[in-house]
Amino acid sequence: MKKEQLLDLYYQMVLIRRVEERGAELYQAGKIGGFMHLYIGQEAVSTGLIAAREPRDRVITAYRDHGVALNCGISANEVMAELLGKATGMSKGKGGSMHMASVEKNMWGGHAIVGGHLPVAAGLALGDQYAKNDNITICMFGDGATNIGYFHEALNLSKTWGLRVLWVCENNQYGMGTAVSRASAVDEIRQKAEGYGMKNAEVNGMDVLAVYEAAKESMDFVRKEGQPYFLEVDTYRFRGHSMGDPERYRKAEEVKQWQENDPIGIFNKYLLDKKVTTRKGLDEIEARVEEEVQKAVEFAETSPEPALEDLFKDIYAE
Amino acid sequence: MAKITMREAISQALMEEMDRDPAVFIMGEEVGVWGGTYAVTKGFYDKYGADRVKDTPIAENAILGAAIGAAMVGQRPIAELMTINFAFSAMDYIVNQAAKLRYMFGGQFTLPLVIRAVGGGGRQLGATHSQTPDAIFAHFPGLKVVSPGTPEDAKGLLKSAIRSNDPILFIEHATMYQVRGEVPEGEYLIPIGKSKVQREGSDLTIVTYCKGLELSMKAADELGKEGIQAEIVDLRTLRPLDMEPVLQSFKKTNRAIVVEEGWKSYGVGSEIVSRIYEEAFDYVDAPIIRVAQKEVPLPYNRTLEQAALPQVTDIVAAAKEVLK
Ligand SMILES: Cc1ncc(C[n+]2csc(CCOP(=O)(O)OP(=O)(O)O)c2C)c(N)n1
Ligand SMILES: [Mg+2]
Repeated sequence: MKKEQLLDLYYQMVLIRRVEERGAELYQAGKIGGFMHLYIGQEAVSTGLIAAREPRDRVITAYRDHGVALNCGISANEVMAELLGKATGMSKGKGGSMHMASVEKNMWGGHAIVGGHLPVAAGLALGDQYAKNDNITICMFGDGATNIGYFHEALNLSKTWGLRVLWVCENNQYGMGTAVSRASAVDEIRQKAEGYGMKNAEVNGMDVLAVYEAAKESMDFVRKEGQPYFLEVDTYRFRGHSMGDPERYRKAEEVKQWQENDPIGIFNKYLLDKKVTTRKGLDEIEARVEEEVQKAVEFAETSPEPALEDLFKDIYAE
Repeated sequence: MAKITMREAISQALMEEMDRDPAVFIMGEEVGVWGGTYAVTKGFYDKYGADRVKDTPIAENAILGAAIGAAMVGQRPIAELMTINFAFSAMDYIVNQAAKLRYMFGGQFTLPLVIRAVGGGGRQLGATHSQTPDAIFAHFPGLKVVSPGTPEDAKGLLKSAIRSNDPILFIEHATMYQVRGEVPEGEYLIPIGKSKVQREGSDLTIVTYCKGLELSMKAADELGKEGIQAEIVDLRTLRPLDMEPVLQSFKKTNRAIVVEEGWKSYGVGSEIVSRIYEEAFDYVDAPIIRVAQKEVPLPYNRTLEQAALPQVTDIVAAAKEVLK
């Protein structure tokens, strides 16, 4: 990978982290409401994954979607504005944290019904198959989502019909407070793909380059073979399930141990060790992010609320 | 009488029935180790253990289907849907199974099943997580639908529901867990399928339930300041619907409004208004008005969301309108 590309990955991961840290502050200050699920700790997953796509490849994910939105090229301004429910957010303040999408950026949404978007992902790929192109749909979801019927119906359909879907399970070890082993018949989630005769692999989600490589390889397969592929990514969320999670289900030591494995820290060290850049070079990136996020907060705070008559807009196309 | 919260009332009902009957157990997402998403079952996991407080995978079909099966062979499961919005992920089990199995097999099966579900908007959770779809569920014969508006009713009705031999959907409201109210000391039951006058008045009748009761009580206070005495009839159970107190009140006031949080079209209000017209047409002095949610999916933005939800001011305005 070229130097610029490597540094861009670093920039994206730091951007996600800072947007969410500021978002958490704004939530505490009462400026953001509803549910907000932070991606902190998992940044390497969508950053590595989406870096491997071509712009024509589609992305769809669950409600933990701020990072995915940023990786897809949605601006920090729009992300922040949507969090604050402003008219300038990509969903015009109607969706909030869980519902970020941009057709222009080929990002087909954060979705709040667990597993609900998997059959829809199969449908995106079906639309492309019908159009006879070889676009790929990248569908991200949590470990918890692999226990619901939607998951199994979608995997089966994608294999049976030869749909170009890259199924990406972000195994962050918990679905809310339920550890994988307490909810899933198999700990290694990719075994579920075996049941559908689907090619699969597992990758360390704290290493952005490993995720990128695995994504490249699996996407090559999906594109060439016209078959789905299942990628299990091992990762961890450093924060609670959503804001206000009492976190009774896990020990502080466990969180600390994973935090030592910080995907940003790992990549930071890599970039320095491999002499891709200097400490100063990384500082510059961090300063650039800081400024961008500050501007995004200002943009969001000074943006207008949606107009009252917008309540009745966009219910139907006609 | 002790004053407790809705959360405590529901929690007490669950605990008392679990203590009374070993066949009663709870299953649902995050009911155990987490203590319930709305902290209703906090402490249950430690007290009753994993066998009686079952954390399930995220699998609404399996939760309801398995609860139905266990009920059919004589256990008394309380299946919890983390929110009523996820009932749509398991609609078949509510509509095609729970509501029909007994009738379809000539009364051979008995389903002593309670499905607890939290509904309601007002927390900026967005379109899929804020619904009040109570009317949909009340549509199906074979299913009973209960939705209390006070801690006293919540406790007494839930205990009755757990002891009932029929499948009952018990709907709570996400913004009402902190609501406080007087609850009788000691054990008591409140029968399912009985509406109740929650406030007496002579000028008009407000028919409502659940969140609508909280709003209507406030509206009645406002109206009282202007010398208007509203009588409030709380349905408490949507199916089977007890119209007697509603009709009695209406025959006295001759004017009514219906208040519900769900959408107006094909809603609870539509049913109540039709029944009044069918059964008390001669007593109608003014067209009955429905106060309900605006016909939009609920938006995240707080101002828009509040604009879509029925407010106390809407109830006051509707009351004045029927009195014109
Ligand atoms: C059908 C459905 N059931 C339950 C929920 C409530 N819920 C939201 S997120 C979640 C946990 C999901 O865990 P996982 O899939 O592992 O994703 P993670 O949050 O860990 O990213 C649950 C139970 C929901 N949104 N939809
Ligand atoms: Mg998870």
